[in-house]
Order: sequence, then C-alpha cells, then structure tokens
Amino acid sequence: MAVEHPVAPPSGDQTRIHNIGYRSYDGPRLGRSYARRSLYSQSLRGAYGLGRSVKSKVLPMLLFVVMCVPAAIMVAVAVATKASKLPVDYTEYAIYFQAVISLYVASQAPQSVSRDLRFKTVPLYFSRPIETADYVRAKFAALASAMFILTAAPLLVLYVGALLAKLDFTDQTKGFAQGLVSVTLLSLLLAGLGLVIAAVTPRRGFGIAAVIAVLTISYGAVSTLQAIADAQGSTSAIPWIGLFSPITLIDGVQSAFLGATSAFPGGVGPSHGEGVAYVLVVLGLIAASYGLLMRRYKKVGL
Amino acid sequence: MACVTTFEDVTVIATESLSKRFPRVTALDRLSVDVGPGVTGLVGANGAGKSTLIKILLGLSPATEGRAEVLGLDVATKGAAIRERVGYMPEHDCLPPDVSATEFVVHMARMSGLPPTAARERTADTLRHVGLYEERYRPIGGYSTGMKQRVKLAQALVHDPQLVFLDEPTNGLDPVGRDEMLGLIRRIHTDFGISVLVTSHLLGELERTCDHVVVIDGGKLLRSSSTTDFTQTTTTLAIEVTDTDDHPDGTRAVREALHARGVDVLDADGGLPGAGHILLLTAQGEETYDLVRDVVADLGLGLVRMEQRRHHISEVFKDSDEQRKEAVGHGS
Repeated sequence: MAVEHPVAPPSGDQTRIHNIGYRSYDGPRLGRSYARRSLYSQSLRGAYGLGRSVKSKVLPMLLFVVMCVPAAIMVAVAVATKASKLPVDYTEYAIYFQAVISLYVASQAPQSVSRDLRFKTVPLYFSRPIETADYVRAKFAALASAMFILTAAPLLVLYVGALLAKLDFTDQTKGFAQGLVSVTLLSLLLAGLGLVIAAVTPRRGFGIAAVIAVLTISYGAVSTLQAIADAQGSTSAIPWIGLFSPITLIDGVQSAFLGATSAFPGGVGPSHGEGVAYVLVVLGLIAASYGLLMRRYKKVGL
Repeated sequence: MACVTTFEDVTVIATESLSKRFPRVTALDRLSVDVGPGVTGLVGANGAGKSTLIKILLGLSPATEGRAEVLGLDVATKGAAIRERVGYMPEHDCLPPDVSATEFVVHMARMSGLPPTAARERTADTLRHVGLYEERYRPIGGYSTGMKQRVKLAQALVHDPQLVFLDEPTNGLDPVGRDEMLGLIRRIHTDFGISVLVTSHLLGELERTCDHVVVIDGGKLLRSSSTTDFTQTTTTLAIEVTDTDDHPDGTRAVREALHARGVDVLDADGGLPGAGHILLLTAQGEETYDLVRDVVADLGLGLVRMEQRRHHISEVFKDSDEQRKEAVGHGS
C-alpha cells in the first residue's frame, strides 16, 4: 500500500498532499444551541436511515411507503368515482395503521438512543458543551418529528386528493387540522414511550421487542377488556378502561374533542368530561417520559 | 522542537484541596496540584482517582470540597466554557461500529460547535494527523484497536482544543502501537500546540512522553515534578571502548585506570547486547566527560560509545513508594 502512494496520478483532485502541518482553528464556535440543533437534525435524518447504511434505510422507508400508498389509493378511488366524501376520516387513519406506526417506533427509538448507550458514545456528548437536557430534548424532538412525518404525510395525501376531487374545502380543512392535532399528540406520546423503553434496554433487539410488547399488549388487553365490558352491558366502564393503552388514549382524545368516531366497542367514546381525563393522561405521560429520560441520562453521564 | 503555547497563563490546571467523597469511598483527598502547559502525565494505579479527577475538571461532577480551575475557568461555574476549549478521550470503547470514522468525527465536531464546513475540513485534517487515510471511509466496526484509538483521539482533537484529557490512551495496544500513540501524544503538544493531560498506570511510558508527571494514589498527591527533575539529577554514563594489542581487554584497562583516579565503575547488567563491554559510571558534571576522554586517549583505545543513560522514573517512584509505605507503616 505504501508503495502506491508516491505514484498517485497527478490528476487534480486525486493528488494528495502529505504532512502539510497542523493548522489551528480560529473560526466560530457556535455553542450549545447549535450543537442541539445539529443533534436534532442528525437524529431526525437517522430515523429515516439518511446518513446511515443502505440496510438501515430499508425498514423506515418501507414503513413510510406502506403508510402513504393506501392514502393515495383511497384518493384515486375518490377522484375516479367522484365520491362525496373520502372513504376514511383524517382522524381514523392513524388508528387503522397503528401496527405500522408501532413497528416504526419500535425500530427507530432503539436506534436513536440505544446505540449511544450500548457503544458508550454518550460520554463524548457530555464532554462537550451540550448538557443532559439538550441531548434529551434533541432526541425526543427528533423522534417525535419523524413520527409526525410518518403519520401526517398520508393525511396530506388525503387532503390534497380531497381538494383535487373538489370536495368541500371547509369540511376537508377542518378534518385535516383535527387529524394533524391528533397525530401530533400521537407522535409525542409514542416517541416518549418508545424512547424511555429504549433508554433502559441498551441492547437494540430487546429494545425493539420491548416497545412492540408494550404497545401491542396494552392495546390488546385494553380492547379485550372493553369488549368484555361491552358484552356484559357495563358500557360506562369502557371509556375508563381506554385510559390504559396509548392508542386508545389518542382514540379517546380525538373522539371527545376532535370530532372523530370512536373505535371503541359500540362506538361509544368518552364524553367531554371523561375526555379531559384523557387529555391530562396523555400530557402527563409525555411529561413523565421526558422526566424519566432526563433521570436516565443524568445517571449515565460519563 | 518548537513549543507553541497558545495562552499566556502558566497554569493550565490548578486544584486546591480538591476532594471527592462517595458514600463508601474517598476518590480524591485534598488534592492540590498545579499543571503547566505541555504534556503532563497523571499516574496512579487503577482506582487511584484519575478518572474522577478528569470528570471534575470537565465540570461534570461537583467536588465535595475544594476548588479547581481549568484554563483559568472555575470548574464549578464555567463547565460549559471549559468543555468548549477542552478535548476528552475516554478510556473505554466509545465508537459506534456502523458509521465511518469521517462521519463520526464530523458529527462530534459539530457537537463541539463547529459549523458544517469547518467540521468537515477539520475532520479530514485531524484524521490525517492521527494517521488514518483511506480507511476513514470504512465503518469503524472493522478497525483494529490501534485504529480505533486514533479515531478516539481524533474526536478529542477535532475542535482544536487548548487542552486534551487522554484517559489511558495506550490501553490494549501492542508495543508498536503503544510507541506510535506515545509519539502522537508528544506531537499534540510540540506540533499542534495543545496541552495534554494523559493518564496511565504505567510509569515507564510516561517517561519518554511527558514534561511533567503527577502521581496520585488513593486520591492523594504522591508527587508532582517535571520529568527532567527525575532523570537528570544524576546521569549515568555508558562507555564502550575498543581493544588494542597493548590492552587486549580494553574494558578492564579503562575500569582500572578510572578506578585509580577514584571513579567507581560498574559493569553493565548482563542480558543486553554488548554487556560486559559496557561500563557504567556516575557523571558528576563536565569533568567526568573530560576525565573519561583523557583516560581512554592515554591508553590509546578507541572510544566506541559514551552516552547518557537516563534513570527510569519508576526507580524514583520505587523510592517514594517505599518511603510512603514506611510512612504508612509508622502511622499504623
């Protein structure tokens, strides 16, 4: 190898200059907020495999396509059949595709935080100007943004399609806005839960399994209990049971306040009063996730 | 060797009765030490408090008592400002295997606040300076230990700090890799103008590398002095001469002649090449050199070798260790 270097062809950019001495850096040092933004954009890009290996692009891109293609088909059908409304509500879409969304969080939350923990890269961050809070906020915001892109993109497809099909503008805009509020809450909630679970399971495989388990088991258990409650006629219990899984929480919030049809058995969503409890639980969980992440990273420091 | 010092302060690190106590152990015990620019070795057995000291100096862990300054900034209040001007290379593995050295170091440069273009330029420069070329585009997972150590060093230097903390940089390296790393550490100061605090539990390797050595044990300062102090107070001269017809055993002739003039001469220890032909004597100053020259010339022998043999720092520490043990013995 060493023999080849001196005879490198002198063709412009191929020429390499060795040993030109050390140059010191006098340029700007942009400090904490810049570092936090850089970490945010790097993590957000990483959540779709950008700037990473080809292999790590496959799953997030595939899931993104799986989320968007059905919306495109629905729009195409609506335009072709000149339907008076879209086949699906903006608020329903994320609930239908919860499996895809769960899979996305389960795969990307661990890659976002477990890698830094497992390969002990975290001390390198904290030996720099950024602090625990900067790291946690950047990672949280990045995953929530990635989730928002995943869940809001199909809504955008539906909205654009609806306008192309000349559906009522006011109706569609209102529905679209409600859908966006709903997926924002969903993104923050699932990103928070996913990151907390991933941050305590440094092995990536366990992290993925744990996130999937928490999301599907909680949803399965809650749905089953709600179905039993419905069968036994104790319909008043149904909304309260719904407080115990992330997806049903979002379902409850949007059917109470965002004009959505509930996916609960019997289609009975929480009332406005119960809806307040839903909103509080959702916001509480998001805040708790942030608090737990801060606590976790205070410990791992150096 | 041109020593470039980028700041006027003579003290890079200063601690004043710095203590750190954990519920069950005292990691640092009233440590007061001043470190100037240059390469400083921080020596101590595992668990002597080296890593704890670095953590405090980075402003990441509050001291229980006492105070410390790095580059004139108080660690208790100016942690972020210190971390902007300081680089840190941890002892343990800290590299993700699935990204290339270039990508990783660029990211770390940006985490230190370098704008994107500067981050890329500095990364290319720094990786070249630590000796990584084509392989810097390959994922780190396939690197040898030596190459990984270089990446770790590069991420500590990429933002052109005024001071770097290197925690056991030679750990896990083979002898050749160790020498290369030590040479690189020396260059960080001589060529790059960056002061270095390097920890090790091996005294020998710091002898060649450091200007100054601080020894701590059990969180206490054992000794702090410059390496020239250790090694130049008494210089040992090694002499080798040729044999002639008049003096078939030149070595013996010189030994006897020197003995006659009142100079004690030792034979070099066996096991080394040329052992038995090399004489060791203690140089008292310039006169000793002249004396040796005259003696050898009078005997008509050829002087093959006359060189300084440095004492090893470890010998010095062996003494202080023994003193300390005695002190401890008396204390208990």
